[in-house]
Amino acid sequence: MPVIEVTHLKKRYGDLVAVDDVSFAVEAGEIFGVLGPNGAGKTTTVECVAGLRVPDGGGVSVLGLDPRRDAAQLRQRVGVQLQESQLPDRLRVAEALELYASFYRNPADPAALIDKLGLGDKRNTAYKKLSGGQKQRLSIALALVGNPEIAILDELTTGLDPQARRDTWGLIEQVRDSGVTIVLVTHFMEEAERLCDRVAVIDRGRVVALDSPAGLVSTVAPEQRIRFRPSAPVDDRLLTDLPEVSAVQRTGGQVVVTGTGDLLHAVTSVLARHQIVAADLRLEQSTLDDAFVELTGHRPAN
Amino acid sequence: MHAFRNILRTEARLYLRDLPTLLTIVGLPTMILVVLGLIPSLREPDPNFDGQNFVNYFAPSLLVVTLAMVGVNTMPMALATYRERGVLRRLATTPAHPGALLAAQLVVALAAILASALLLIVVGRLAFGVPLPRHPLGFTLAFVLGTAALLALGLLVAAVARTTKAAQALAVPLFLLTMFFGGVYLPRFLLPDAVARIGDYTPPGVQALLDAWTGPSPQPLHLAIMAVIAVAAGASAAKLFRWE
Repeated sequence: MPVIEVTHLKKRYGDLVAVDDVSFAVEAGEIFGVLGPNGAGKTTTVECVAGLRVPDGGGVSVLGLDPRRDAAQLRQRVGVQLQESQLPDRLRVAEALELYASFYRNPADPAALIDKLGLGDKRNTAYKKLSGGQKQRLSIALALVGNPEIAILDELTTGLDPQARRDTWGLIEQVRDSGVTIVLVTHFMEEAERLCDRVAVIDRGRVVALDSPAGLVSTVAPEQRIRFRPSAPVDDRLLTDLPEVSAVQRTGGQVVVTGTGDLLHAVTSVLARHQIVAADLRLEQSTLDDAFVELTGHRPAN
Repeated sequence: MHAFRNILRTEARLYLRDLPTLLTIVGLPTMILVVLGLIPSLREPDPNFDGQNFVNYFAPSLLVVTLAMVGVNTMPMALATYRERGVLRRLATTPAHPGALLAAQLVVALAAILASALLLIVVGRLAFGVPLPRHPLGFTLAFVLGTAALLALGLLVAAVARTTKAAQALAVPLFLLTMFFGGVYLPRFLLPDAVARIGDYTPPGVQALLDAWTGPSPQPLHLAIMAVIAVAAGASAAKLFRWE
């Protein structure tokens, strides 16, 4: 039973079509990623889900409710962390969480949430004195303070350093483990690969792929590449005869074998049979990055 | 109501935390009054002011200082900043309405204006013998309508300006004009008569304040104009206000 259902969503701003035709369903308890290049319509899509925008066409159902008609109910049950949303400079961490907690019928304990997000020693620190990572964690805390069933997180780790990003990922996994369904908008492929159970790739207002990260990679960009330095000359045909191999190239003393399937096993077996040792052997598998480029023709950010 | 009360408490706390701004808003008119009141010749009756002294004559213009600072400057800038930084938008995702934040801003602005006016009236009375407003009802009316007109203009600024920079570009000239026509930069008896007459009709309506404080009593037309400006600017602001 999906907790979010989006069917043929459309949204335009004047002449600009932001969302052309987007459909997907999010299952309870999963981390669902919404990926896509800048301007693909990701944010507009989740804003329609959050009830902040009125779609021009199509349907959105969240927890069986209509985000516009049942806005009051959904705001109690859905937590939203928006892109580039700040707080007043002089507001302190604990004050912000206590204030936002007071808006909800069944809020989380602000003090416990502060500790859980590692802001315990920043409780009385003004917003403007927080680091980027701390601001981001506070922002996540505000999205969770109402004890939501669904959390929508837009550009969760943009602007964070690599360590803060990893810490945030750990946090999101904890939140999911506590039973919250998470919709994650991101353009970091590494983030999607690490966190998401399933991802929808949106390009030019349409869903171009919908699968698990591993599923996407194996269907869209199944190619693997092996590089090694042979201890003795290798005849190309030895390798090209293998059904798994599609191409063999040489650069300097290095051999680069491209192929699919169980490429590594096939290549190492044939080399072993001919008593050739493969030095500096490296296997390069496609990543979500490659799948993303394949699908959208854009390089992802970073 | 519950959410509004908590938002108001938070906004009040943030207002009190910005001490330099708070002291300026509440204390500046009284400080100017004290400086002027210490000059003996300004306490002598003067035929220019119907036999009153300059301090009495100038006190209503000092009220304009706070009204202008808060009404068309700090209040709209605070709202524009909240919108630009996404504070209003974030609030829109919670069960609280961003309108509660706007209302809270208005309440703290009013409180600051009231505190500033009371301080000015009390210090003027105790230290320099400036009489308490002769027409308490008329004065209250002139003060309330003048404040409402300026706050409504401030809301209109906050409504039409998309960014804090744009808000500032609108707020600064409006602030300077309010101060000028309110006789703050140049006492009004030095202004050409036509300019002083315009000042009668620009918010907050300094002539009505003067008439109600030490003069005969405010003219209904002056009050009516303030009411019209308050309603017109307030309604436009409500229509044009953007939450994001």
